Order: sequence, then C-alpha cells, then structure tokens
Amino acid sequence: MTTAIASRYTAEYPTIAPTLPGQNLVWLTALRQEALSKFSALGFPSLREEEWRYTNVSAIEKKLFAPSVIGKVQETVSKELLSKYQLADAWSVVLIDGHFCAELSALEGLPETVTIMSMADALAQQPDNLERYINQAVNNDEHSFVAFNTAWFTDGLFVHVPTKLILEKPVQVLHLSTQNDALATTRTVIVAEDMADIKVIETFVGMDAAYLSATVTEVFVGCNADVTLYKMQCESDKAYHFGGIYVKQAKDARFTHHNFAFGGLLARSDIHTDLDTASECELNGLYLGINRQHIDNHTRINHLKPHGISRELYKGVLDDRARGVFQGRVIVAEDAQKTDSQMNNRNLLLSNDAEADTKPQLEIYADDVKCAHGVTVGQLDEKSIFYLQSRCIDEETARNMLTFAFANEMVDKIKIKSLHDQALEQVLIRFPQEGVNKEWL
Amino acid sequence: MLSIKNLTVNVNDKQILKGINLEIKPGEIHAIMGPNGSGKSTLSHILSGKAGYTVTGGSVTYQGKDLLEMAPEIRAREGVFLAFQYPVEIPGVSNIYLLKAALNSIRKHHSQPEVDAMDFLTLVKDKVRLLEMDEKFLYRAVNEGFSGGEKKRNEILQMAILEPKLCILDETDSGLDIDALKIVSEGVNSLRAADRSFVMVTHYQRLLDYIKPDFVHVLAHGQIVKSGGAELALELEEKGYSWVEDSKAAI
Ligand SMILES: Nc1ncnc2c1ncn2[C@@H]1O[C@H](COP(=O)(O)OP(=O)(O)O)[C@@H](O)[C@H]1O
Ligand SMILES: [Mg+2]
Repeated sequence: MTTAIASRYTAEYPTIAPTLPGQNLVWLTALRQEALSKFSALGFPSLREEEWRYTNVSAIEKKLFAPSVIGKVQETVSKELLSKYQLADAWSVVLIDGHFCAELSALEGLPETVTIMSMADALAQQPDNLERYINQAVNNDEHSFVAFNTAWFTDGLFVHVPTKLILEKPVQVLHLSTQNDALATTRTVIVAEDMADIKVIETFVGMDAAYLSATVTEVFVGCNADVTLYKMQCESDKAYHFGGIYVKQAKDARFTHHNFAFGGLLARSDIHTDLDTASECELNGLYLGINRQHIDNHTRINHLKPHGISRELYKGVLDDRARGVFQGRVIVAEDAQKTDSQMNNRNLLLSNDAEADTKPQLEIYADDVKCAHGVTVGQLDEKSIFYLQSRCIDEETARNMLTFAFANEMVDKIKIKSLHDQALEQVLIRFPQEGVNKEWL
Repeated sequence: MLSIKNLTVNVNDKQILKGINLEIKPGEIHAIMGPNGSGKSTLSHILSGKAGYTVTGGSVTYQGKDLLEMAPEIRAREGVFLAFQYPVEIPGVSNIYLLKAALNSIRKHHSQPEVDAMDFLTLVKDKVRLLEMDEKFLYRAVNEGFSGGEKKRNEILQMAILEPKLCILDETDSGLDIDALKIVSEGVNSLRAADRSFVMVTHYQRLLDYIKPDFVHVLAHGQIVKSGGAELALELEEKGYSWVEDSKAAI
C-alpha cells in the first residue's frame, strides 16, 4: 500500500528531523509523527476546504522554504529592523529565522518565579511540563498548517506566569526573518496560572525577502487570570505568513487579542478561543491591504459554558488590488446559557479593484443568549464627511481624515505607548497623509 | 449679516421650506421656534451647506456674498457655525485634533500662519473651563460615547474656540439638564459680541430664559408665521403652537 504524498515538503522531512529539538522525548516524537502523516496526506490547505475557500496558499507548495541553520543567521541580522521594532519598555525575546537568539534578547530583572525560555531549552529542561501544554489548545486535526508546525517547529518560546503574579512590563516576542526562501516554524506556549496577569506582544518582521513564517501559539488562561496578546504582523511584502493562536480560557478568565495585520504578500491568522463559565474575550483586529496583498483573518469563539462574554471588532481598509478576508465564527454550546456575544466586521474599500470577503457565522445551540453580529463593506459615512466640512475641513481632507480615523480607532485601543506609536506609524505609511497632520496627533 | 429672501427648499421633491424671509443684523440674537417637523433643522442645514436639499427659489446673502454658492467648508471658514441637533461621533479622531485642524483651516483661509502650539493649548483649556468640561474630553474621540448633554456642550466648546460670526444652534437645549443648560447658556452669552449674530433654533422657550433673544420667529409648515420680541416666546409657551398654527390658517 502506498500513501499519496500531497506535499514536496514531506520529502525534505527526514533531513530536517534530526535537527529539531526534543528528539529524545517519546511523547513529542509521537506527536510529530502523527502530525507528519496528517500533513503528508493533505498537504497545505486547499480552496476546497470551507475555512480556506478565499485563500489560495498553493504558492507555498510551489516554492520550497527550508529551515535555516542556527548560527549562520547572526551576521545577517538587520540592526535597523531590531532597533525599529524591539520595544524598550518590554522584556523582549528575539527569534531569528525560527531560532531563539539569547544575545539579542533582554530579560534582565524578570521576577524569578516567571519562566521565559526558548522552546528548545524548555523541552530539554522541563519536558514533563511542556507535555501538559503542547497541542493541548489545538490539535493536528485543526488544519494542515497546525500539523505542519507541530512536525516542523524548530524552536519557539515558553512563558509561564505563576498564580497571582501580575507582570508589570509586557513581554515581546520578536520574530525576525532574514533570508530568502527561509522557513520559520516556531511554537510558543503561554501559561498564565490562576489570577495571573500578563501582556505579550508577538511582533513579526522581516528583511526584504520571500520567506514563510508558520507559527502556532497556544495560550492557557487560568481561573480569573488576564492575558492580553498583541500581534503586530509587519512581515516583508514578499513574505508568506501563517500564524495560529489557540486559547483555552478557564472560569472567569479574560483574554484580549489585538491583531494588527499590516505586512505580508499573503498573510493568514487564526485566532480561536474556548471559553469556560463566565470567561470573557475581546478580539480586535485591523488589516490594511495595499498593492496585491492578501490578508485573511479567521476567528472562532467557542462559548462552551454559561455566562461567557465575547466582543469582537475587526476592521479592514483595502486599497489597490488588495483583498481582505474575514471569517468569524461564534459557537454557543447547548450548555452556554446567558452567553453575551457581539461580533462586528467593517470594511472600507478605497479602490474599485480592492475586495473584501466577509463571512460571520453564528452557531447557537443554547436558547437563552444575547448574540449580535454586523458586517459592513463600503465607503465613508456621508454624515461624518459633512460634519467635518462644517468644521472647516475640505472634502478630500475629510475623507483622508476619516479613513485614517477608521483605522486609528483600533490603534487607539493599544495601551502600551511604544507599541501604539509603532502601529500608528504603520498606518500612516500606508495611507494618504494629506489630511492627517502627524504633529497634531 | 444674513439676509434670507423668499427661500423655498425641497427634499425628495417635497417642499419643506415654503418661502422664508429673515434679516439678521450683526450682534442680534434671533430665536426660531416651531413644532417638530416644521423645518427648523432643514433651515439650519441649508445655511451650513448640507447636501440632499434642493433650493427651488429665493436667496441667502451672508456678509454680502451668495451663501448658497459656497462649499460647506468655505462657509465655515467664513464664520458660519452650526451646532448640530445630533452631533456625529467620529471614532479615531480626537477632539483636540479636530479643533486644531479646524482652527488652522480658518487661519489658512485668512492667510494667517498656523496657530502656535502653546497658544492653542491655552486657548482650548480656557474654553474647556468656561464650559466646565473635563480636560480629558479633549483627548477623547469626537463625541464618541459622549452623553447627549456632553455632545451639546462639545458643540459649544468648538464654537467658543472657532469664534464664528454667525452661530446657528439647532436645539442645543434638548438633552441638557438644568445645570448643563445654565453652563451652555453662559458659554453662549460670553460669546455675544457686536459683530456676532445668533440663530437659536428651539422647540421650547426655556433656553430663552437664559439667552435673551432680540427677535422670536415662529416656524410652522415651512413658513415663518409670526415674528416678535422676546415676549412672543412666553406667549407661545402659554398658548401652545396651535395658537400660531391656527393664526397661520387665518392669514
Ligand atoms: N431627508 C429627508 N427626506 C424626506 N423628508 C425629510 C427629510 N429631512 C426632513 N424631512 C421632512 O422635512 C420636514 C421638516 O423636518 P425638520 O427640518 O427636521 O424639522 P424640525 O427640525 O423643525 O423638527 C419634516 O416633515 C421631515 O419629515
Ligand atoms: Mg430639528
């Protein structure tokens, strides 16, 4: 019996496997094997899959991105990118082409009870602990990018915050890609024990190169704990990006996600969260598409138990021939009575050739719930334009100002000053600045 | 200042204003009262240049120029200010940003340099105090999440900073409690000047207890059916709008 090989990447795996971390771990090897066979059977997701019908990733299969070797990468690191994106007011960890880089990371003064270490180190030093988390917030059946990441991940990060600890400064995970044809597959695990509080920023940047970054982040939010996760996706405009974020919220847990999708030629994010009793989640997103960018965001909010609250607002601004995709699913299980859920996706099209595909899906199996959703695709509000005109602003300036404002509403939600300024900068470099005076902001 | 002659206006082929005549001299305060649906907001919008209305006849002259020919922003820069009945929320633009953009547009229009950042802040903070607002409002998005009363106060704040020549207040009193009404009225009164005129559109006369008009006009069914002094507002309050609407029928 032969199994059809759906991906060229599978053929490369035997040479890559010996370089991967955690090879002595039986459970991990089994997990990677399972992932490899799932991926081998399916290849990367196809348009035939409902959740991938708007996003064609076949270009990834046509290329052959390969993991880079540790050590070789250091000299090519762009100091400029680092100084631009590394946040001074955060503990930061730098991952270059999928490998932790201790020299560039800054973790001085981290409370002793908090663990922040590379995934490779964590697998070596506390494998039993990692076994409790890896592939527990998502599994290889989710889709083949997850299976791919499970089989291929070269490194990543493990963050653990003990019970009741409130981490004062945010933690930044800076993913930097430096080479053409490089593959960066990392796995990050974030654990906030009961009543802990942590803010994490995942930043993705790259030098001017075509590469694939395919990451998976698993987040475990303990009872009454609070996790805020920011994603700043500023990949190179030739890059392919897949980033999956899978969250498990315990009772009364709060999870907030801010997803800024600015870069990439083709970028896809999946944000899935499972809510227990009375847990709350807030998902915010902003995607800006120019030129021929394709930006896809896929969210799934799974209300499993009663009294959960979810709030979701995704906004897209699409210009030129860019395409934005939003698929938002909210599932309310039979047991999840008194769920309160709102989902909103708003798209602004600035060109006739731009496209927005939006698909909100509510699946409600409980009867006593409050669920609302709304979707808009269109142009600027005429009432707002007139209001600005009546305040002395000419029409074109008013339009530019409102376009900026549309995006800036999401930027304004960022509570970390340095990150806020970075996001603002990203918005301003993408859209007409006539009408927005930076000095006045 | 403003001269409206025989103005007729249609919305969607329906005649809303049916021949308005109004003369406003510098420094005067005119109150326009009338029942709901009589055309008060339509008149305010026409003066500020909102799209969607068709002027079918008559003229509006402002400081010797044809107002109806001017784009809305030009009218605003020339000193026409409308305090909206329903101010628009603009998430993503802070109050202070809009104020600065507006003020600098006016200055540019008059070939003046941009306002100095420190002078601007001093001016704005002065006016914020005048209207007894919290300075935090300056940094919040324009009207976003403001209560009805806060929005109205914010309109008057903008007016106080932009120092227009013709101030049109569309139902600024609605949604204000009595304390806020007093504060807003004091704000308006502090702006009274020999070269500044006011058109106060209102449904009730209580605002006029605080801002005493020179003239009161009653608008009904798209026409001014009665004009008089401040005492007309009191008479209206007592007798109700049916009194003038009936008197119109008698014309
Ligand atoms: N866009 C519109 N389309 C149709 N009718 C309108 C429109 N705007 C106003 N009207 C009508 O014009 C009349 C006057 O409205 P308005 O000026 O808002 O009155 P007021 O402000 O005195 O309450 C009302 O009958 C209203 O229904
Ligand atoms: Mg009205």
